[in-house]
Amino acid sequence: MVSERPKVQFETLTVHFGEHIALKDVTLDLRPNEILGIIGPAGSGKTTLLRALNRTLELTRDARIEGKVQLDGEDVYRAPSLPALRRRIGMVAPLPVGLPMSIYDNVAFAPRMAGVRSKTTLDGLVETCLVQAALWDEVKDRLADLGTKLSGGQQQRLTIARALSHEPEVLCLDEFSIAIDPVTTMRIEEVLKELSRRISILLVTNLVQQARRLAHRTAFLLMGELVEVGPTEGLFGRNPSDSRTFDYVHGMFG
Amino acid sequence: MAKGWSKTRAQVERAKERVIELAIAACGISAVVFVFAIIYFVFREAAPLLFGGLDIGQFLGSPEWYPDSVSNKRYGALALIAGTLSVTVLAMAIAVPFGLGAAIYVSEFSHGRTKEALKVVIELLAGVPSVVWGFIGLVVINPIIIDVFNTAVGLNVLNGAFLLGLMSVPIMVSIGEDALKAVPDTYREAAEAMGATKWQVTWRVLLPAARNGLLAAVLLGVGRAVGETMAVLMATGHAVHIPTSPLDSVRTMTATIAAELGETAKGSDHYRILFVLGALLFAITFVVNLVADVAIRGVRKR
Repeated sequence: MVSERPKVQFETLTVHFGEHIALKDVTLDLRPNEILGIIGPAGSGKTTLLRALNRTLELTRDARIEGKVQLDGEDVYRAPSLPALRRRIGMVAPLPVGLPMSIYDNVAFAPRMAGVRSKTTLDGLVETCLVQAALWDEVKDRLADLGTKLSGGQQQRLTIARALSHEPEVLCLDEFSIAIDPVTTMRIEEVLKELSRRISILLVTNLVQQARRLAHRTAFLLMGELVEVGPTEGLFGRNPSDSRTFDYVHGMFG
Repeated sequence: MAKGWSKTRAQVERAKERVIELAIAACGISAVVFVFAIIYFVFREAAPLLFGGLDIGQFLGSPEWYPDSVSNKRYGALALIAGTLSVTVLAMAIAVPFGLGAAIYVSEFSHGRTKEALKVVIELLAGVPSVVWGFIGLVVINPIIIDVFNTAVGLNVLNGAFLLGLMSVPIMVSIGEDALKAVPDTYREAAEAMGATKWQVTWRVLLPAARNGLLAAVLLGVGRAVGETMAVLMATGHAVHIPTSPLDSVRTMTATIAAELGETAKGSDHYRILFVLGALLFAITFVVNLVADVAIRGVRKR
């Protein structure tokens, strides 16, 4: 887990939205097979960080990005193919977005776009991903139903299944448990631990305890600045290197 | 004292609210009233003939339109109906790809100034009076068709359809663009985040999500084309004839009404038959709207 080249490197990353600064000079690594927790109050730039990695930030018109983001040592902003880059990164947004198509098609969307045509391959992939997202048992008999008809929590798991469908090397989760009940959350957390043997995970979360349960290391963002990053236990212990971290993780503010 | 004053004020407020409500309700109801009034007047003029002596089979089944004949008046509207349908269908074949394509380009692929400029120009296109379109058909497209297809006349189905197509494009673009704009951005971002290209996102996600609105856009275009009068009157050659090719001249129902109504005696059979034509036009647009409505409901239910 240590001494390898980082999977993802954010280097002096600064992001402006018009006049507003969303991220200020953030330098952060994600190591291979690591779950990196990212905590911080609302508006601290957590989501922006994820969107800078898969370059969906560019869909926001007035976003200005400075600094470097590297995936396996390659600058993502010089990637030869944007779709190919994005397929290497799974993204789970905080509010579930079931695309207006069947459950099956939702999960098969990305593989199809990448050119997978074989029905057997797709069937297998859809099942694996739905099982991993703890949704298979609930939907296996109605895969042809509209994805948008599922409940909020089910749709959220559908987006997780979808994010896994293109077999990403990095999985980004943005407050995935916001619409899910605690029991399902626990099931997915188990899946994440399992997945981290194979892939690297960026876990943005509002639940500091979730970071504590899952993350190998945790980064604390505050108003666009990286306050500190380190082994999770250190951050949650008695003496994090910054007093603001202590206040936040112990619920003094935020 | 103070209490009494505030009571009056409350009454005034309530009365004001009531007046505004009534005024708005009147505006809403007036639209319905106007529609029914139009239906009433059209049918009132048509009724004496429609229910007294008109051979419906001949009207709908015969292409012989001789309302002026002294010895043997014949009111067969088949050629006129065929004229309207042929021009409309060909117009849609031109307008739907261009209109929806333009809507997709404006909504999804163009940005900033290009986008704004395009929208302004397209709205400009919508503002061109139909007589000007007719004029273009007469002096610009007519010679082009004669040259390209080596025909004697260039005033035909193709000419009219081309004009009608261009005339329906603006409404399709603006309604179609609204429909695409109404698709939440989260769909775009979610699909793009999975590595779909811009076109894949458009084709697989946005078009299915917006299909109700896009269908409405197409049908509004159809309505525009069916009802258009002046441009087709000028550009389609004014020949009562069932077309067998796009290069045949035709005459549409609307053009017939416009051209002949002024020369009929009020209350005559000829006068009345034109209102029957009008009623038929009404029925056609009504059916188009109904089909659209049913289709949209069907889509929603799924």
